Amino acid sequence: MDMADRTEALREAVAAACADASPLYIRGGDSKRKLIGRDCEATPLDIGGHSGIIDYQPDELVLSARAGTPLVALADALAEYGQTLPFEPPQLQGSATLGGTLACNLSGPARPWLGSIRDAVLGVQLINGRAQTLDFGGKVMKNVAGYDVSRLQAGALGTLGVITAVHCKVLPLPAATLTLAYDMPAAAAISTMCTRALESRPLTGACWLEGRLYLRLAGAENAVRHTASLWGGEQVDDSIWAQLRELQHPLFEGGEPLWRLSCAPNTPHIAQLTRAIDWGGAVRWLQGDVRTLNLPAGAHLTLFQGGDRSSEVRGRLDPVQQQLQRRIKQAFDPAGIFNPGRLYSWI
Amino acid sequence: MNALPAVDRNALLARLREILPADGLIEDQESQRPFECDGLSLYRELPIAVALPDTVEQIQAILRCCHSLQVPVVARGSGTGLCAGAMPHPEGLLLGLSKLNRIIEIDAQARSARVQPGVTNLAISQAAAPHGLYYGPDPSSQIACSIGGNVAENSGGVHCLKYGLTTHNLLAVDMLTVEGDKITLGGAGLDSPGYDLLALITGSEGLLGIVTEVTVKLLPQPELARVVMAGFGSVRAAGDAVGAVIAAGIIPAGLEMMDALAISAAEDFANAGYPRDAQALLLCELDGTEQEVEQHIAAVREIFTDHGATSIRVSADEAERALLWQGRKSAFPAVGRLSPDYYCMDGTIPRSQVAHVLEEIARLSAQYGLRCANVFHAGDGNLHPLIMFDGGCPDEIARAEKFGADILELSVAVGGCITGEHGVGVEKLAQMQSQFSEAELHQLEDIKQAFDPGLTLNPGKGIPILKRCQEYRSLPGRHGHG
Ligand SMILES: Cc1cc2nc3c(=O)[nH]c(=O)nc-3n(C[C@H](O)[C@H](O)[C@H](O)COP(=O)(O)OP(=O)(O)OC[C@H]3O[C@@H](n4cnc5c(N)ncnc54)[C@H](O)[C@@H]3O)c2cc1C
Ligand SMILES: Cc1cc2nc3c(=O)[nH]c(=O)nc-3n(C[C@H](O)[C@H](O)[C@H](O)COP(=O)(O)OP(=O)(O)OC[C@H]3O[C@@H](n4cnc5c(N)ncnc54)[C@H](O)[C@@H]3O)c2cc1C
Repeated sequence: MDMADRTEALREAVAAACADASPLYIRGGDSKRKLIGRDCEATPLDIGGHSGIIDYQPDELVLSARAGTPLVALADALAEYGQTLPFEPPQLQGSATLGGTLACNLSGPARPWLGSIRDAVLGVQLINGRAQTLDFGGKVMKNVAGYDVSRLQAGALGTLGVITAVHCKVLPLPAATLTLAYDMPAAAAISTMCTRALESRPLTGACWLEGRLYLRLAGAENAVRHTASLWGGEQVDDSIWAQLRELQHPLFEGGEPLWRLSCAPNTPHIAQLTRAIDWGGAVRWLQGDVRTLNLPAGAHLTLFQGGDRSSEVRGRLDPVQQQLQRRIKQAFDPAGIFNPGRLYSWI
Repeated sequence: MNALPAVDRNALLARLREILPADGLIEDQESQRPFECDGLSLYRELPIAVALPDTVEQIQAILRCCHSLQVPVVARGSGTGLCAGAMPHPEGLLLGLSKLNRIIEIDAQARSARVQPGVTNLAISQAAAPHGLYYGPDPSSQIACSIGGNVAENSGGVHCLKYGLTTHNLLAVDMLTVEGDKITLGGAGLDSPGYDLLALITGSEGLLGIVTEVTVKLLPQPELARVVMAGFGSVRAAGDAVGAVIAAGIIPAGLEMMDALAISAAEDFANAGYPRDAQALLLCELDGTEQEVEQHIAAVREIFTDHGATSIRVSADEAERALLWQGRKSAFPAVGRLSPDYYCMDGTIPRSQVAHVLEEIARLSAQYGLRCANVFHAGDGNLHPLIMFDGGCPDEIARAEKFGADILELSVAVGGCITGEHGVGVEKLAQMQSQFSEAELHQLEDIKQAFDPGLTLNPGKGIPILKRCQEYRSLPGRHGHG
């Protein structure tokens, strides 16, 4: 791995962009350019070369790395001590970086149980739109000094600054994992997912695809075995979870626009539009005439992949929130140089 | 510091009387006394008035009124905070939220509860219990503290290593902006549409908005929980044992350490059977399915033995588990009996530094001539030194404050932070400058101004106001500060 600290070079590049107000598109491994956000035309700023683990203390459960570090490199280092990034980020053929993962807040099927990188991040180093290198949070598990700028980066798609380093919490790898499958229509699957999640069992995944409900158990060996004996179902291999995590399931293929609805887990099944259900019911992957859908209370809809990425890809915000969000953007990036229009056309 | 226009008290009171019923507005100083401080009584102040609204509409009207008059507003939940965050502003309104104490809805299938901000932390778990669910974060103050205060402080508890802090256990918050506009942050699901303002509001100490409703995640009650108690001959041995548990791949539900002074104070208070001869005590709780707990208990017992535990006791039933926790949970009042007053610190440190930090604290204790007991959320490195002093003696107060400040700077010096869960408030404003550079503090200020351009929400707390900001405030109409 290329292990280089390019923080100062990145800061200089930002300072130059500031000076002539020329926008930048922050590029990690570029694995997610056509995902999640809107299109963004601007001069690329590459983070890839800025990589390397800064510090890793297995018995503190804390890892610090430069933003351009590929997730695979982190996974390898962690596996040596039987640990992992609990939020199961997609590694995307090895190209996904830690900074890009935080910026997108992408996480895998374990999200409802083990959280996302938003939950795991403890601190960041960031270059803001004034070309200042700033540190927020830290390497300790609990820190309430100042506002939580680290978590604010999760899902901001790099519109608030260049993330140069990330400190995050890691967890032990589960001792055992087992997948149970059941043939079942979607509505019954949703109800089963919600009911199973009420039990104190080592459940870390619940999805429904093509008429099958899959439940994943992960944790102490005997707890996993015992739960499997209580819950029945067919024991299958664990590949479905990797396919979801890596966006490699056929669901993600083909050019048709793919929408992601984030909702309460017990939201009734949305017939016709639903292609798959993940996160124990809290995510519905939708295709078809989605824009006409009457959104369930408190749900958020995003055009995840494909489709028209020059219009808005996220749900509308009310005017008060829109103004607040715009002011937050200005607080970090007064000249608007980072990833203009990537999150919303007006940010 | 105060560049706000002089408040027209009469105009304010006249308008508040129109908004609130008579028992919702406290104007006389004697009746305001109970509100003059939070749990950190070193800092006291009386406001112009105390408002105790019972509806969100009243809060909204109050905020609009205060905004138009540019009157500072300080929110207060139950007043158990330990950083003077809810201390009133002498020229402002204290907005008490305790009357908004209704549990609006429990949605068991969605594992969530929607509650008003004045509901106590424990009341949520009690309401969820019939569904076999509970709310994870459990501050020791949970019988009294409000969920609104928990959101504002991002409170933790003894179970946060495994179950997270408040920020990990929220789905949505309804908030009123300083202008009185209502917004919802977060949602029913786990994604957020734009910037994650829910993350920003959590731990913001009432500086960014007033929380009027909270939707929390609920967790299934574990099938079984057992606690292993072990005494050690030194803090270092106990600290190493904690590291070894984590390295073995076990995440305990709770992992607490106490030093010799805290052990004997707690034992005098609670008679929990703590080993008085130990220099350090660990309480390690394991929860989950029966099989998992038994497997982990065996592993932890072996690790503690290997690390030289001088005594080990495992709870056999719920009563014994509660008893073993009783000592720890009453550690603050127990230490309170040893001394007229105590001052609770809250630094977080990398766990590997605990022995070094406790040795330094012992040295400082001798230097300042004040006793100090240490209670430690060992799993996540959050240290609560309890400095004992006599509040009737000005010199002891001064020494206690100086001792506390030294501990905070020590926490930063070893790679930690000045506050793990109690917040900055008034108390730690000075140490914010050891934690953050000037550019970082400016960035935090800019966030504040994005929400509250007039700086009237809980002014003088949380983030030190730098010079630039005061100039900005006193020159109306001037933009582009920096
Ligand atoms: C041999 C090879 C094969 C590949 N095959 C594929 C393939 O099949 N499919 C595919 O999708 N990709 C493929 N890629 C591209 C690769 O996946 C990307 O390089 C990689 O995934 C990086 O993505 P990222 O996660 O770092 O985020 P990016 O996609 O770079 O960025 C995601 C978002 O985060 C922002 N961001 C990134 N880093 C930061 C930061 N430090 N601070 C602030 N904001 C930031 C970006 O601006 C963007 O908005 C391939 C690459 C190689 C070399
Ligand atoms: C004995 C004892 C033990 C404690 N143990 C713990 C512990 O284990 N873990 C822990 O984290 N803390 C602990 N605390 C600290 C305290 O209980 C927490 O900080 C708690 O969250 C404060 O809640 P409260 O309702 O009392 O808030 P208050 O003290 O009333 O207010 C705290 C802050 O929140 C703001 N605020 C309150 N309500 C709102 C609202 N609705 N909207 C916006 N801002 C608001 C206030 O302005 C203030 O800045 C303990 C305190 C005591 C006295």
